[in-house]
Amino acid sequence: MTGQPPGRPERPERPDRPGRPERVRVERVRVTGPPRRRTPGARTRDIDAETRLGGVYMGSLLREQLWLAVRVLSVLAAAVGSLPLAFHLWPGLTEVRLLGAPLPWLLLGVAVYPFLVLLGWRYVRRAERNEQHFLDLLSEVAE
Amino acid sequence: MTSVPGIVAVVVVALATLAIGTWGLRVSRTTSDFLVASRSVGPRLNASAIGGEYLSAASFLGVAGLVLTFGADMLWYPIGWTAGYLVLLVLVAAPLRRSGAYTLPDFAEARFGSRHVRSVCSVLVVAIGLLYLYPQFQGAGLTLRSAVGAPTWVGPVIVGAVVLANVTSGGMRSITFVQAFQYWLKLWALLLPAAVLVAVWFSDGRPGAASSLAGAPVGDWSAPLASGGGQGLYVTYSLIVATFLGTMGLPHVVVRFYTNPDGRAARRTTLVVLALLGLFYLLPPVYGALGRAYAAELAAAGRSDVLVLELPRLMVPGLLGDALTGLVTAGAFAAFLSTSSGLCIAVAGVLSQDVTGRPWRGRRLAGVTAFRLGAVVAVVVPTLMALAAPHVGVARAVGLAFAVAASTFCPLLLLGIWWRGLTAAGAVAGLAVGGLGSGAAVLATLTAAAPAGWPSVLLEQPAAWSVPLAFATMVGVSLATRSRVPAHAGRFMVRLHTPEALDLDRG
Repeated sequence: MTGQPPGRPERPERPDRPGRPERVRVERVRVTGPPRRRTPGARTRDIDAETRLGGVYMGSLLREQLWLAVRVLSVLAAAVGSLPLAFHLWPGLTEVRLLGAPLPWLLLGVAVYPFLVLLGWRYVRRAERNEQHFLDLLSEVAE
Repeated sequence: MTSVPGIVAVVVVALATLAIGTWGLRVSRTTSDFLVASRSVGPRLNASAIGGEYLSAASFLGVAGLVLTFGADMLWYPIGWTAGYLVLLVLVAAPLRRSGAYTLPDFAEARFGSRHVRSVCSVLVVAIGLLYLYPQFQGAGLTLRSAVGAPTWVGPVIVGAVVLANVTSGGMRSITFVQAFQYWLKLWALLLPAAVLVAVWFSDGRPGAASSLAGAPVGDWSAPLASGGGQGLYVTYSLIVATFLGTMGLPHVVVRFYTNPDGRAARRTTLVVLALLGLFYLLPPVYGALGRAYAAELAAAGRSDVLVLELPRLMVPGLLGDALTGLVTAGAFAAFLSTSSGLCIAVAGVLSQDVTGRPWRGRRLAGVTAFRLGAVVAVVVPTLMALAAPHVGVARAVGLAFAVAASTFCPLLLLGIWWRGLTAAGAVAGLAVGGLGSGAAVLATLTAAAPAGWPSVLLEQPAAWSVPLAFATMVGVSLATRSRVPAHAGRFMVRLHTPEALDLDRG
């Protein structure tokens, strides 16, 4: 990757002498400059050195993931955690029958499990997407 | 002979367990193999193993019996045990794996850089582990008495011997295969008989609850709340808190996460576990509801724990009934073996690092030897407890373990992973308050020392107050000792939360 110099000079090395064909010099500067593969590391170095910028990157990842977790758990609390209160406030719900089975049994014995798996599945997808964004952010070539 | 299917089942499961464990021995060589299967287990195998390890006697026998006796509010137990994995997935799974530690005390030491916190965690892991092992061994005694009429000491001794043979020979690596096998065995051992029994129920004209059942009216039985108005509501919510939050603090659950290759795999494994547990927990309520119609006298006689074992023979006469009885007995026995093995590994892992592996009079045991010695302790102590006190309620002891775990390791993990400001002093204070509070509460319940009414209810289900108390203590003491936040806390956060693909300094 670093061995092949680019075919055309994008940024002339000496703008004060535009007339001279400086191709050779341009190539040499590119090859001996800071190795390109280190460029993606620029932002990870901010994190390694615990600079303020690195702290901002880490803070954004942590906040994203924690916020995602809080959202998932809120849905869990609202949907499953509210059931005892609902049955406490409206005892008549116990008598409701759906498809020939009592409602509490359908909800607590059956429906809750696919719901938990669905929540988990959405969480995993989003958490992995957050990490991908973080990877992309830190891997962008700083140009 | 009614005991033949039971004997055959127990012998076959014990032999299969030993055979798979021995096969695992051929690939277990290093201490890393023993403790974390060298961190090379893929999500599906690992999830089966976690499911196999997690579905204990309480799940296999206890839930059906509780539903038979108390009704729909007992459905919160399996829901909590499953939802606990969702909470674990969302808040703990990937960071815990990325922390790179072997055990909970390792995590604590890495996070706080303090031997002191580590020691407190080790004591708690061993205490929770033994608390959870004891009812497993005790349940094994009950099962063998019901299935083959053996004296109650036979079960703990057989389970202890098989677990010890397996764990000391192959450690985590061989146990992974054994437990994956045992999940599927347990699932089929409930699924097949349940299908037959439901078919029998339909052909009998779908009978309702037996009128002879002593106790609460049917409406109360199908209400998903503990009885007693406001107290019932408290008990139900406290149970939800204990199970939703306690799962992540069980030592045998946590130690499993270190066997994943990376954080991403840890998440995916947990998701598969959620699905496997949900599938399994559809079944025990079926037994509970059928027992209402066919075996109500078990509840009246206080023997509801053996409902799953006896229902097939009560409903299906002859050879088929015997075969189904053998199958459920095999499943129950697998439940004791797998959970005990997992707990034994977790406790032995901690003991080998903090007790048996320490230098002693200038000599030091090798890693694998120390692990084996730890395993012997982890099996012999609860076996003796089960032999000495065979009559303490199985479900109670398990509930105690969940409440203690939720009040100690749950705040430690959540705050340790998500809050940079947690200090060693805060962690120790919170662990002490949560552990002593929940432990004292359940001890008072076991000895029936509390007066009836609200005090008794609050002590019976302590999680709803002991968990917030532990959180508040950890946060409060940490804020008061703000100047002593570990210097490497920021670096540790990087390690916990960044994907492994990034080339970062992880301390």
